[in-house]
Amino acid sequence: MPITDWLILSGHFLLLSLLSIGGAITVAPDMHRVMVDEMALITDAQFSASIAIAQASPGPNVLFVAVMGYQAAGIAGAVVVLTAIMLPSTTLALLAARWGQARRHWLSVRAFKAGMAPLVVGLLFATGWILAASIDGWHHVLLTAVTALLVWRTRMHLLFLIGAGALLGAFGWV
Amino acid sequence: MRSETLPASENEGGEQTIAPASPAALFLAFTLLALQGFGGVIAVAQRVLVEQRRWLTRDQFIEILALAQVLPGPNVCNVALMTGDRFFGWRGAFAALGGMMALPLMIVLGVAAAYSQYAADAVVAGAFRGMGAVAAGLILGTALKLASALGSNPMGVRVCWIGGTGVFISVALLRLPLVWVLLVLGSLGCAFAWSRLRAAGVAED
Repeated sequence: MPITDWLILSGHFLLLSLLSIGGAITVAPDMHRVMVDEMALITDAQFSASIAIAQASPGPNVLFVAVMGYQAAGIAGAVVVLTAIMLPSTTLALLAARWGQARRHWLSVRAFKAGMAPLVVGLLFATGWILAASIDGWHHVLLTAVTALLVWRTRMHLLFLIGAGALLGAFGWV
Repeated sequence: MRSETLPASENEGGEQTIAPASPAALFLAFTLLALQGFGGVIAVAQRVLVEQRRWLTRDQFIEILALAQVLPGPNVCNVALMTGDRFFGWRGAFAALGGMMALPLMIVLGVAAAYSQYAADAVVAGAFRGMGAVAAGLILGTALKLASALGSNPMGVRVCWIGGTGVFISVALLRLPLVWVLLVLGSLGCAFAWSRLRAAGVAED
């Protein structure tokens, strides 16, 4: 890949980092526009596979960006785009957390925490719903519901639940 | 691991929390935590940080998650960063984030290299589907747990229900852009909480 392409790509990801409210997945449509449509670095199929691979692997979902970079330009591509998508948001998060922590007794900071708390919980319900709805068919709904109950009410190990899901899926029961 | 930690401290909620022993302990804990997180790490983060290690109370976890969600960037990475920063400043922040990213990055690239060979296999596809269904359940179960922490919210339980349901409908059912949902419902929520706190006698800044 020519040096100008590296600069355009990393510059774009540095910018997207600051727009990625709700996680890197929220700017995925714009990554698709740049990497698939404009620069033709990866194909459509590679793009969707990147997201599926990251979701099926352990760790933060933002790693799908590294997989896209890897498919475009190997290990160097993975490191460059992952750094670009992380650096600005990470710096901002650190500064904001320190600002808020130093002023945690301020009325406005306490109002922010109290006002946002129910929205955070609502957002988690929405994320679970969207994940469940993205799977074809309806057999898996029972598995999702039972998992939610077990997580809520028991201390069962989460890896055990994931393993059970993988087995049920592999045998074709969900 | 718990035996090597520093003495317990009491915080605002009255719940006991424990500080991690060192940035290295943070790195290790976040590596282990990330390795358990398939299809999302939030559920595991809540389980490990609040229930197992007791580095954060449930309320502190919600606070950190709130900030992590309104700021740009991957939510769980922001949570790692802020948790680490709380204990050891920038060294803790990078230890936690590094732990969360390093080994999972190597694994995901390994999976990416292997994926093309097995993508068409029905058993592999089925296993991925089963894990996806469980991942959704993990997040819903975590949401149910955190919902009970809203009982002590100064806005009152009823308003919390309205706010939480509003976000769910807007994001999950109407699929509205998150930025606008957070901007509109977030400022309504913060303004209401502000007036409630002021009425309860909290001094202005």
